[in-house]
Amino acid sequence: MSNLMQMLKPKTKAQTTTLFAWALIAPAALVMFWVVVWPLYETFRLSFTNSTLGTLMGGAEYVGWENYEKAIGGRKFPSIVTRTFYWMFLSVGLKVVLGLIGATLLASNIRGRGIFRALVMPPWIVPIAIGCFGWLWLYNGHFGLLSNFAEMAGITDGPYSFLAYKQSAFYSAIVTDVWIGTPMVTLFFLAAMQGVPRDLYEAAYVDGASRWYRFRRITMPQIMPTVISMALLSAIWTFNSFEIIWILTEGGPRGATTTLIIDTFKTAIFSYKFGAGATRAVLVCLLLGVFSLIYLTVLGWVGKKYGYAGVQK
Amino acid sequence: MMDKYSLLHKIGIYTSIALFITFMLLPFVEMFIASLRPLTHLFSRPEVPLGETMSFVDFMSRFWSDKMSFQAYRDMWVTVPQLPRYIFNSVFLATAVTFISLCFVIPAAYAYARFSFKGKSVSLTLFLAVNMFTGAVLLIPLYKLLRMYGLLNTYWAMIIPGVAFLIPQGIWLLKTFLEKIPYELEEAAFVDGASRLYTLRRVILPLAVPGLIVVGIAIFIGAYAQQFLFAITFNQNRDYMPLPAGIFEFIGYQTVLWNEMMAASLVGVLPVLFIFLFMQKHLVAGLTSGAVKE
Repeated sequence: MSNLMQMLKPKTKAQTTTLFAWALIAPAALVMFWVVVWPLYETFRLSFTNSTLGTLMGGAEYVGWENYEKAIGGRKFPSIVTRTFYWMFLSVGLKVVLGLIGATLLASNIRGRGIFRALVMPPWIVPIAIGCFGWLWLYNGHFGLLSNFAEMAGITDGPYSFLAYKQSAFYSAIVTDVWIGTPMVTLFFLAAMQGVPRDLYEAAYVDGASRWYRFRRITMPQIMPTVISMALLSAIWTFNSFEIIWILTEGGPRGATTTLIIDTFKTAIFSYKFGAGATRAVLVCLLLGVFSLIYLTVLGWVGKKYGYAGVQK
Repeated sequence: MMDKYSLLHKIGIYTSIALFITFMLLPFVEMFIASLRPLTHLFSRPEVPLGETMSFVDFMSRFWSDKMSFQAYRDMWVTVPQLPRYIFNSVFLATAVTFISLCFVIPAAYAYARFSFKGKSVSLTLFLAVNMFTGAVLLIPLYKLLRMYGLLNTYWAMIIPGVAFLIPQGIWLLKTFLEKIPYELEEAAFVDGASRLYTLRRVILPLAVPGLIVVGIAIFIGAYAQQFLFAITFNQNRDYMPLPAGIFEFIGYQTVLWNEMMAASLVGVLPVLFIFLFMQKHLVAGLTSGAVKE
């Protein structure tokens, strides 16, 4: 004990600082260990067992790679993974494009932009579940605004239930996901745009550069770090997006909106197959890890080649 | 000069903004209209004769009637007697999560903002990496954890995961605010013989109040928005249910009281909307200034 105290006793000023800093961080770090790190380890462990509701607290048998073989070898697995990535790329792409357009509009020097900025935020601040109720009603074939509008415009002949058909259900869920994710992306892009030094624009303006040219050659390179990190963060959240799909379609119709996270939830919480569910959760982490690595590597390489500032630290 | 727009430009900008905002507010408008319509009108659908196209009047008649009223806003309290409780739970949970998170966030953010020490950047990156593992991935062990401590079906079942997943963002956000407080102030306090904790409490915290408010609101909004998943998986006790989960009670065995459901949703949004409206300027300015700095 006294040995330990001896070891922990700070010898230099730097050591005192380190000790004090860690003492301040310790509570937050402990919570992370308790609620994130341990559960992660536990997920990993459970993924090799046949744990169910009865054996969750102990007594589950070790089954080796069986869960993984079943999950990856499953008939639906390839299509679920493809769908998840398609869902992520399409949704994040739309969020980034819309976010850029929105931020550019809201950054322009016009009257009333303070109000406009506030009016864009509600999808982000309102509980996701409640926003989804609104969309549920919008997509309704008989009573929803969209279907009736389409009928009036002559696009459809009669009521069209957007969530009842495979294709339209998937794209409807994407629209809702984009709706929820865009405000935050817009806000951060707007912030980055306002951080671009004004003299850059003025110099370009004096030299006769057009608006589009200024956007392309000044704004974009300057906000690239924010775009890159927001896109990655958004990609991770979209990949794990659960509530939206669950409330709109519960993964249906006929699995058309079942992404990996929905599949995980269904397996684990609805069928109480905790082992098999944990396997899917591990696969989610693995796929996201690999994706993030590739993303950052490719962008780091592109950044070097084209001189972007790289990923924001 | 540079920021002057031609008339055509202006029209273009305003139209685009209008479209953008329409997209963002459309579901709320639809919810509001649905909440005003009596259930009978909601489900009566004037049929268009076969072969004829729907006219604009037909279209409008499906969304507008003379019988529109705020009746649903009165009836919903009768249909779901627990509604006030659900709204209270939502606000209570978000508030608890906010204050508990801040207790962990403040000291950690201070350490990251002020000191350079061993393991700083690594641990900071690790905190950010926690974002990768949103609640949905860790549901099973979290369920086990909460059951182990007998916390299932209590407020804690929703508070603990909420706190854990909001701490990292809080630390990152507050750190950027604290970095802007001049170090000289602290040095002056040190010279006068103040201890580190005393400095944190008496010098730094008062100066950090604006930043703390922004971080607090951001956490509150996050906590208010993300209650659904933890509520449906970790809590079966109706007394502790937050609004997003409780609202499903309007979906009855035979009919869905859509108008009341929409009314209740909109009312449930009011607390967070209220806070947002008052703090909107600080929040947007705060979040953005935090994001710019690096």
